[in-house]
Amino acid sequence: MKSLLDWLDHRTGIRRLTREALFENIPGGSRWRYVWGSTLTFTIFVQFVTGVFLWMGYSASSGDAWESVNYIQNEMIGGWLLRGIHHWTAQFMPVLLLLHLMQVVIDGAYKAPREVNYWFGVLLLLLVLALSLTGYLLPWDQKGFWATKVATNLINLVPFIGPEMQKLVIGGTEYGHHTLTRFFALHAGVLPGLLVLLIVGHVYLFRRHGITPAEPVAKRDAYFWPDQVFKDVVACLAVTVMVLGFVLWVHGAHLGSPADPSEPFSAARPDWYFLFLFQFLKLSVFAGENEVWGAIYIPGMFVGLICLMPFIGRWKLGHVFNVGIVFVFLGGAGALTYLAKQEDVAGPNSVTYLKGVLGDTRDAHRVTALAKGRGIETTALSLLKDDPKTQGARLFSQHCASCHRYDGHDGLAVELANAGTLDELKNRTGLTSRFFSGDAVHPDWLARKSGTQDEWQTVRSLLQAKTNGSFDVIASTKSKEDPSASDLKGFATRLWIRDLLTPDKFISARYFGGSTHKDGNMYKKFLNRKVRKYDEEEKKMLEAVVKALSAQAKLPSQAEDDKADAEEIKQGVEYLLDDISCIDCHAFGEPDPDADGPDLTGYGSRQWIIDFVKNPEHEKFYPDNNDRMPAFGVKKILTDDEIGLIADWLRDDYFEPVR
Amino acid sequence: MENQEENQVESFDSAAAESVGQAEEPVNPPEPGTPEPAGERRGFIKFLCAFIGTLISAVPFGAGVWSYFDPLAKRNKGGGGGDGFVMVTTLDAIAADGSPAKFSVVADKVDAWNRFSNVSIGAVYLRLVDGVPKALHTVCPHLGCFVDYRPGNGDFFCPCHNSNFRLDGGIVDGVSPRAMDSLQIEVRNKTEVWVKFQNFRPGHSHPVPVS
Repeated sequence: MKSLLDWLDHRTGIRRLTREALFENIPGGSRWRYVWGSTLTFTIFVQFVTGVFLWMGYSASSGDAWESVNYIQNEMIGGWLLRGIHHWTAQFMPVLLLLHLMQVVIDGAYKAPREVNYWFGVLLLLLVLALSLTGYLLPWDQKGFWATKVATNLINLVPFIGPEMQKLVIGGTEYGHHTLTRFFALHAGVLPGLLVLLIVGHVYLFRRHGITPAEPVAKRDAYFWPDQVFKDVVACLAVTVMVLGFVLWVHGAHLGSPADPSEPFSAARPDWYFLFLFQFLKLSVFAGENEVWGAIYIPGMFVGLICLMPFIGRWKLGHVFNVGIVFVFLGGAGALTYLAKQEDVAGPNSVTYLKGVLGDTRDAHRVTALAKGRGIETTALSLLKDDPKTQGARLFSQHCASCHRYDGHDGLAVELANAGTLDELKNRTGLTSRFFSGDAVHPDWLARKSGTQDEWQTVRSLLQAKTNGSFDVIASTKSKEDPSASDLKGFATRLWIRDLLTPDKFISARYFGGSTHKDGNMYKKFLNRKVRKYDEEEKKMLEAVVKALSAQAKLPSQAEDDKADAEEIKQGVEYLLDDISCIDCHAFGEPDPDADGPDLTGYGSRQWIIDFVKNPEHEKFYPDNNDRMPAFGVKKILTDDEIGLIADWLRDDYFEPVR
Repeated sequence: MENQEENQVESFDSAAAESVGQAEEPVNPPEPGTPEPAGERRGFIKFLCAFIGTLISAVPFGAGVWSYFDPLAKRNKGGGGGDGFVMVTTLDAIAADGSPAKFSVVADKVDAWNRFSNVSIGAVYLRLVDGVPKALHTVCPHLGCFVDYRPGNGDFFCPCHNSNFRLDGGIVDGVSPRAMDSLQIEVRNKTEVWVKFQNFRPGHSHPVPVS
């Protein structure tokens, strides 16, 4: 062994190198405040290692980026751990950078002869921030996409060459493949390369000038090895433990829903350490033409000031000024970050923000389930676009919810599974009372669910009732006005038809209370005049009709019930034709030009819904007595595919993962 | 004072010895103000440094290597239906004179995060022997190049390392360790030609399916 080492030493001089590395003199001995540089080096090492392994699973194109990251996170063994470590270490780096900078400034380590090394450090700080910025886009999720869009649009503000610069950065005028390939090359190639060069320079200069002792030097000098090394590795261990804690807490790192330029994302925010800049730009002095000051000039001047600190420090009170600047920055950035966070959860637009966050989470869960269960044929985004559960609800919210309701809301209710207690719910999603008491919660829905109009009380009681179960909070912001048409949740199910045929419910807001149909023959001549007086035998017949009519829909969710009740359904059809005599006003089985109510043949089936939505005034439906419903197909408000998505969604006919 | 310096030097020696064998005297020894702590404590600290250092360095490597081994945990699901058979063509499409022709095998394919339906997953040579279809894999059993059919010579020829095969797949000459891989074939519904398409490991003397 010794002869091997002798040989190696003779050829490489490794002993001398190791000795120089380990026996660096530390004036005043080892101290905990010297660990920041080492922890940063360690985190950079972690990022290099995990980054290279992530690279093996990542694909930088707009059709594959999200898909590959989702694969790493959810399919690849240990991928969540790998991605989690990379993500959470990145979250610690700005903190460590700041601590390192503070220590350097407070100890006056920027002063002569260490100015150049100090500038190296400032450049390294900017490089790490650039790495964060470029890395944020790579998963190509809504959050990264929109945040990066904002960040790169700021480049536009650069005087003279802004637009050209932006084009170069994003690889064209639109965000797409080349934005990703360019960002990835920067993130995994150019910036890490520069980082290594600068770190070598930084460490070389650090060793050249030695450590700046923190005053007063009370203890005797010592070598770097082993006492300072010990403190360094303990600090690195602490960072590792904290990173792993976060990784285990969220099982990796969050991945939002795939980037979609056509879908608004009201929760576009930069990573938390850029929030102060984000908030800074909201200040009204930076409105309009002045924005370039907030986005470029002032931050640029601040970096310039940081770089000038070695010279400022030469003046009598220069050092005090420098330290003051660091603390002013820290206080200002901290306050702005707090304001940004606070505005998101409690500001006037917090509902929009929270809606964005919850909607994105819902879509992300959905698309992950679709990707796992059905596989991605083209892109994950197309999975979402073709998904009735996602798009049907959106289209309903946009086109139908001004009159109809879906379970009391506009179709976009967000479910928070296993929310637990109110406090847990609040902590988990950053929700505040504003969210519950504002217009985010639909009073109809709450009132119907709990029987009280007091929203707080309602939410509280709902939470208490479902402490251990799932709980749904809605982030819908649709109008609170009473619906003018029926609530279509469970349309054509037995429950829905049974309630429809209950006189008082027929004229309630859930069905036709808000429409002209409440004054029509269905209620007047049939429900009010006949059904109210039904005896037990007739009620039984009506129940069979309910089942027979519901069976016309061929709902996937009711397939087993329909099969089991085949006899009763057969009987129900006969009642429908004869005893209950629905065909007095409705067609059934064959066209009936005299019918004034909707055709009951295939009632609630996919085709029936599509035909109805396309043209409710068709002679099959309401040729004379349609109440305000637009002919969505005839007037080309919706395409056939879109109407199909709504129909499938209403019928709960879409992919659900096996639980 | 002298003793202290000696003590100091000894301590450096042992430190360096741990990392590179034997150390020389340090270049810039610190000026000691107080005696060095006992050697045993220093030894323990050095051990802890090495231990913790290894541990925390292993974390990113461990996560990386763990996920890198992901492919070993994945099984090749193959294409086609549950029995692995894929309909390739009909009997009418195969030349009656017994000469082979290449047919694409179209099936569903899982490629990491993508799941494609009805895409080419490979090809087979089909020919009729006394009216009965026979299937050979188009991939050379040697190292996986695509084997050509040479109508002029009436044989199969691998352009990579010059292996030569008869029409029934047997070796004529060359470096291939085994004959061309024949695939199970069935005629369903009178005319449909179904092939159990699978890949085999190259280089073995017997066909071993890739799992």
